[in-house]
Amino acid sequence: MAYGTAAVAKVDSPRSPYVRRKTTRGNYELYSWIFMRASGVVLVVLIFGHLFVNLMVGEGVHAIDFAFVAGKWANPLWGVWDLLMLWLAMIHGTNGVRTIINDYAQRDLTRGVLKSLLYTAFVVVVVVGTLVIFTFDPCPPNAPEELLASFCTA
Amino acid sequence: MPTAPAGTLYRGREGMWSWVAHRVTGVLIFFFLLVHVLDTALVRVSPEAYNAVIGTYQTPIMGLGEAGLVAAIVFHAFNGIRVILVDFWAKGPKYQRTMLWVVVGLFFVTMAGFLPRHLMNVFGGGH
Repeated sequence: MAYGTAAVAKVDSPRSPYVRRKTTRGNYELYSWIFMRASGVVLVVLIFGHLFVNLMVGEGVHAIDFAFVAGKWANPLWGVWDLLMLWLAMIHGTNGVRTIINDYAQRDLTRGVLKSLLYTAFVVVVVVGTLVIFTFDPCPPNAPEELLASFCTA
Repeated sequence: MPTAPAGTLYRGREGMWSWVAHRVTGVLIFFFLLVHVLDTALVRVSPEAYNAVIGTYQTPIMGLGEAGLVAAIVFHAFNGIRVILVDFWAKGPKYQRTMLWVVVGLFFVTMAGFLPRHLMNVFGGGH
């Protein structure tokens, strides 16, 4: 017969699921695309709030000094706010610059060097920023009293 | 040598230029962010070190830089919302051009609210 068992055996089982993508490179770029949009919406709220409180309220940028930061971080809400803003903005920005490097740096070596610099900057800035938020001392000993928040001396 | 057919060079329109502006503002904001986290990290060094550096943010030239930075952030924020609407709202692609003019309108309204107050803080009496 023309339709022998050998030909029939090549047909996939009807119960095996249909797989469109034949490669196994993962969905990384899809997740990165979704992350940019999700983090973007959150960052609009976080950064507009940050700009309003630091630049619009009271004397704006003139009011910012060590005591101002100590006063803000005395409220845990601002600690969480700044920590979330740090991480989301750094991942969002790093991923955006990664996309731009991939678009314009054509040589493999150039791309590799630029992305290594980018990821190094990401790690340094995120680690330093996170440590600062978690280890901040609003009333450091031996500091001139007039530079500290009022609650340090009260 | 044959002449190139006229009118075939794609020069982009609102969609392309808003994409360019989104990239440019994004890169500017990212580099400021790197510097800004590191200058804020000086609160962990000493109050004097932090106050010295943040004092430079309060000079007129830096005050103008902050105005530019806020302008970049406001455009990137509103245009980012537009990008999301283009991607997820069924009628987004149809209204992408209209939405860009809405973004530009909101940009001017927001900057009109921010700039006078900020410039008064920077250049006004104060201290």
